[in-house]
Amino acid sequence: MKKINNTCSTLYTPKVMATFKNPHNYGKIKNASGIGKVGNIVCGDVMWLYIKVAKNKKGQDVIKDIKFETFGCVAAISTSSIITDLVKGKTINEALKVTKDNVIESLGGLPKIKYHCSVLAVDALIEAVYDYFLKTGQKIPADLEKKHKIIKKSKDIIEERYKGWDK
Amino acid sequence: MKRIYFDYAATTPVDKRVLKEMEPYFSEKFGNTMSLHSFGQEAKLALDQSRQVLADLINAKPNEIIFTSSATESNNLALKGVALATRKLDSRFHGNDNAHIVISSIEHPCIMESAKWLAKNGFEITKLPVDKYGRVNPKDVERAITEKTILVSVMHASNEIGTIEPIEEIGKICRQKGVYFHTDASQSFGKIPIDVEEMNIDLLTASSHKMYGPKGAGLLYVRNGVKIEPILHGGGQENGMRSSTVNVPAIVGFAKATEICKAEMKREGVRLAKLRDKLIKGVLKIKGAKLNGDPRNRLPNNINVSFPSIEGESLIIHLDLYGIACSTGSACSSAKLEPSYVLLAIGLKPEEAHGSLRISLGRQTTEKEIGYFLKVLPKIVEKLKKMSPFKL
Ligand SMILES: Cc1ncc(COP(=O)(O)O)c(C=O)c1O
Ligand code: FES
Repeated sequence: MKKINNTCSTLYTPKVMATFKNPHNYGKIKNASGIGKVGNIVCGDVMWLYIKVAKNKKGQDVIKDIKFETFGCVAAISTSSIITDLVKGKTINEALKVTKDNVIESLGGLPKIKYHCSVLAVDALIEAVYDYFLKTGQKIPADLEKKHKIIKKSKDIIEERYKGWDK
Repeated sequence: MKRIYFDYAATTPVDKRVLKEMEPYFSEKFGNTMSLHSFGQEAKLALDQSRQVLADLINAKPNEIIFTSSATESNNLALKGVALATRKLDSRFHGNDNAHIVISSIEHPCIMESAKWLAKNGFEITKLPVDKYGRVNPKDVERAITEKTILVSVMHASNEIGTIEPIEEIGKICRQKGVYFHTDASQSFGKIPIDVEEMNIDLLTASSHKMYGPKGAGLLYVRNGVKIEPILHGGGQENGMRSSTVNVPAIVGFAKATEICKAEMKREGVRLAKLRDKLIKGVLKIKGAKLNGDPRNRLPNNINVSFPSIEGESLIIHLDLYGIACSTGSACSSAKLEPSYVLLAIGLKPEEAHGSLRISLGRQTTEKEIGYFLKVLPKIVEKLKKMSPFKL
């Protein structure tokens, strides 16, 4: 029989575990340009992403700094950390191209029941950028508006479903 | 790295003395208890002797013990067995009337799911609430019993929060009302005294692997005169109540484990309760930590605490990285991604259930291990709090 010697080795990849053990970029950013808050405490996962945006030499918006605060499982913390690594230094346009599959790939895979944690990370980024656009009064691209609406809708559904759970 | 096992409520290691006792029954005394030759009779003798040991622990008669494969099977047999037998034998339920069963809202999933299955098959189920400590109020049992009630099932002690239920009082009420009383004693059997006469218990479930015996053995005590319908039909083993070739090595181990638990119960109970209290005291020093379950009526080996701003799976995996094995009622670590219904039933908010940690102690637990745990835990909690959006 195969010997199991590392924690969770039947559930999580070594990359997930390494990221979980030493996550990057956690904490708050004071005076963040945008904050994305997703998830629901009732389901057990809440992710907040803070971004600091600055212009690069070409005048494009760049994610200069990014930090997360996450309440959640091993997968949630690892995906939070990975998304900060994936988009830090990128222009906003590039950052918005990151998908849940990119997140999962960067972690060497995730168990199926934990895919939603990677969706959460991508959603948090979308919401942070949306927040930044709102705050700076920029015109919101149609695509972003659409994604934001979907995220908000599913959030409302979950909140409706669990309303009264804590009463 | 030295590993520390704090999950004795999930399962226990087989005691070396138990293993030694089982050994001959694999290749040497391997007979089938139903065979008439000497091989078979050897096995039959071991089975009878084991039955006596198990019966003695709870003041039952040997012919009232049905061996099964697990507590899950015993609980299924208790609920479905009583339900189906009543439907067959009790003329009150031959018409349109449904028989009624009462359970608590913190039972193990195998009771919950059996009850759900019975509900789908025309039985009525009442789930009794519990108080903030997880205790069933015997008065609620009394009020819940109707003319159609056939069975009340309330666990002896909770696997999650360690609360010991007032089963003596519940048993008395059931006896007065002429209703069968079943208790799932998986977590208490061999740990605290049980007397089926004094406690008016009609059916009782126990499991070998929770008390240093092997996996694959359980029992259902069924008081003489109580009618149940078997689930497994076949060769007629266990008095026709549970067909299937008897797992003699496991049952011999179950009996040996019971002997050891009985001899050491008092001393071990006191020792574990001391360690438990030390651990509780230490954990509650962490800001925001809250004890779940009853501070007084509690299994000597159970600790269950919640931390408001961190999630349980992350917590237990960090502990595991330090070599410490615990469990959690968090949704993230469950297959259904739903928080523990036991913790919700005692009034915890979902986020508190997500941040729960169960530590269950046992025979190998030492004071040193507790000290190490209390050194490591605050560091992990602090780290996860720093990462969390909630700073409670
Ligand atoms: C209270 C209780 N009942 C039933 C069970 C199921 O036991 P088994 O694993 O023997 O089926 C357990 C253990 O998980 C338990 O703690
Ligand atoms: S945070 Fe709950 S499953 Fe990942």
